[in-house]
Amino acid sequence: MSSQVSSAAATSLWEGGRSPYATNSKKFGMWLFIISDSLTFSALLFAYTYSRVSNPNWPTPFHFSPSIIFSTVMTFCLLSSSLTMVMAVHSMNHGNRKAAGAWILATMGGGAAFVVLHLNEWLNLINNEHVTPFENPWGVPLFGGTFFALTGLHMTHVVIGLIYLAIVCQAVLRGKFKAEDVEVSGLYWHFVDLVWMFIFPLVYLMSARIH
Amino acid sequence: MSSPSAHTAQHAPHGFIRKYIFSLDHKVIGLQYYFLGLFSVFLGMSLSLLMRYHMVNPNVAVSWFGKLWPTAAAGGVMTPELYLSLMTMHGTIMVFFVLTTVPQSGFGNYFLPIQIGAEDMAFPVLNMMSFWTTFLALVVMVSAFFVQGGAPLSGWTAYPPLSGAGRITGPGEGMGQNLWLVSIAIFCGASLMGAINFIATTVDLRCKGMTLMRMPLTCWTWLVTAILALLGFAVLLAAGVLLLLDRMAGTSFFLPAGLMINDQILVSHKGGSPLLWQHLFWFFGHPEVYIAILPGMGITSQLLSTFSRKPIFGYKAMVYAILSIGFLGFLVWGHHMFMSGMNPYSAMAFSVLTMAIGVPSAIKTFNWIGTLWGGKIHFDTAMLFALGFVSLFVTGGVSGIFLGQPALDLYFHDTYFVVGHFHMIMGVAAIFGMFAATFYWFPKMFGRMMNEPLGKIHFYLTFIGVYAIFTPMHFLGIAGNPRRYADFTNVEYLGKLIPVHQFMSWAAYATAASQIIFLVNLFWSMRKGKPAPINPWHATSLEWTVPSPPPHDNFAGVHPVVHHGPYEYSVPGAAEDFIMQTDPASVHSEG
Repeated sequence: MSSQVSSAAATSLWEGGRSPYATNSKKFGMWLFIISDSLTFSALLFAYTYSRVSNPNWPTPFHFSPSIIFSTVMTFCLLSSSLTMVMAVHSMNHGNRKAAGAWILATMGGGAAFVVLHLNEWLNLINNEHVTPFENPWGVPLFGGTFFALTGLHMTHVVIGLIYLAIVCQAVLRGKFKAEDVEVSGLYWHFVDLVWMFIFPLVYLMSARIH
Repeated sequence: MSSPSAHTAQHAPHGFIRKYIFSLDHKVIGLQYYFLGLFSVFLGMSLSLLMRYHMVNPNVAVSWFGKLWPTAAAGGVMTPELYLSLMTMHGTIMVFFVLTTVPQSGFGNYFLPIQIGAEDMAFPVLNMMSFWTTFLALVVMVSAFFVQGGAPLSGWTAYPPLSGAGRITGPGEGMGQNLWLVSIAIFCGASLMGAINFIATTVDLRCKGMTLMRMPLTCWTWLVTAILALLGFAVLLAAGVLLLLDRMAGTSFFLPAGLMINDQILVSHKGGSPLLWQHLFWFFGHPEVYIAILPGMGITSQLLSTFSRKPIFGYKAMVYAILSIGFLGFLVWGHHMFMSGMNPYSAMAFSVLTMAIGVPSAIKTFNWIGTLWGGKIHFDTAMLFALGFVSLFVTGGVSGIFLGQPALDLYFHDTYFVVGHFHMIMGVAAIFGMFAATFYWFPKMFGRMMNEPLGKIHFYLTFIGVYAIFTPMHFLGIAGNPRRYADFTNVEYLGKLIPVHQFMSWAAYATAASQIIFLVNLFWSMRKGKPAPINPWHATSLEWTVPSPPPHDNFAGVHPVVHHGPYEYSVPGAAEDFIMQTDPASVHSEG
């Protein structure tokens, strides 16, 4: 038994360096969450595809202007925020907490712009085009159901991401979080962006009215 | 071996609430899950007894039924709707809060960290949240009994349109079904937290020398079960949210146009498909049956080897069988939908894949028999339940081969054959795994031995009892007795089968009564049982190197080092007939 005591290294078990795949548990846990969450989104996308295929007269109502232009700007905001998130992780890896905090704030700015534009888009559809989850002027009622379910679940993720980043940001500025914690929040943020890169073409571009 | 209690690295928290209620200790959380499951299993069992009673006495007025359900059992006679809500709640509580919760979250929480040599789970706070989320889900689920209209009617599978169209389809389909869906969504969140924790713990926190191929098979099954839960519950969550939207936001994901329900045409929905629910549900639902049974397989492997004093036959084959069962489990959801109508080629593909699961299942079964072959078998109660598991697994598995054939399934699907099949394999076999685990690990969890004579009486009564309940169901199914109906007494062609139903009901009452022996044994042994030594079964894995019950951080600050695989029994040349995993590698170091 004495050999066991001596083999207990000075590093704590919780620091992650002893793990076989050289990743700490928090990061690994976030990857596992992302795998699970991607299945939730896959299920919704499957439901959308299934409904679309089984309803041959699925509407394609989105005009190039303003809907497609608008959603493209939203996409630009969200994708840019991924870039700033990369910069935040990069700054943190170089020990520059202030720069990291600023980049996280910029990321939150991109995400907030996305949410504001998206809500504007929702209100436009609800008030002016009379699209609701249960009916719309173009035919198959499920168009609204799938649209609001998919974009709503995604927007929920963006809002949760904003809260998460706000917590990370103040902790970084106060010197409480390590570079790896920022990287873990970055994983989540990139995942939310990646999901949008499925929703944008499948929900918006494939519903564009082409003359 | 010196006692590892010389010093303690982490001190246990003081105060009742931090220690036993909002505990971060995986052992306390494991016990919390165990007792949540124990409550649920007796609740679920009581519901099944009410169902069995009603089925053979459909017109007998029982005064306390009337008091319990003033509208659904007015005058003491159960309505068919009440029967259906009992069925729904029995299935739901048993599947989610017993079969999913106890083998994985209960025993897994308690013993996974100890068996791999860790101080705790990877995320203790997440672990605590996972338990309390499960608790909340159970509270919401049980509250469905008490709202207006009572519990839902749509079964544990909640097939729409019945579950989607609202109050119009039946009394329980109002608030009751909403609560059911909310509870399931909460449970999905709890499962997600648990799954992340189990996988991260197994991958990251194994002690020195504990390679993946030196893990006890229990740890392998907990790992694969966690992966199944991680992927499966995510899809159920999406499906449940969509069904809630159908019910509450007026969408029509699962409701087609022009439905005629109780003489009214449903005008509020159109364009959806009930089949979509079945695809989403069974993508979760089939892995779910492996979530229920895999930990039982791991416990059985562990026990057969320990109590035969022989290494497990084909350790690597066992691991690969567990992995392939987990993988194939995601490819066979369509075999639940042969009756729903599908392209015959799809049915053939699902059928072939279903048959393919028979291969790893047979590998496991033959390896269990190979483990027993020529061993010095000790028939302790834990071992008897493990042997019972093998028996029930084979019985239930063979009827599964019938149901995997589309041509046969079309006949059997809506009959008692299916009820008999899944109760044998998913219900009772998994519960025998839990009993085996209880008798095996009780000394470690509570520091006392359970009473063996009481345990053996309980085993034989339960073993004979469950076969008496569920074997006749297969014959009823072959004879064409449909399932899900509340009353067969007025059906002419089933008249001669009523005595069989009466026999099954009596068998159910007797088997349920014999569970009291288990309860008495459990609670009596906790206080008065013989004090347990560190390693009463002469087993090799790490939990048997620490005191019973283990200290707060399991190894009292010592980091164990593993030199052996977990099944080194009767090694030639060794001093005893077992080699602890932590013994220095002097005798035999095959990993």
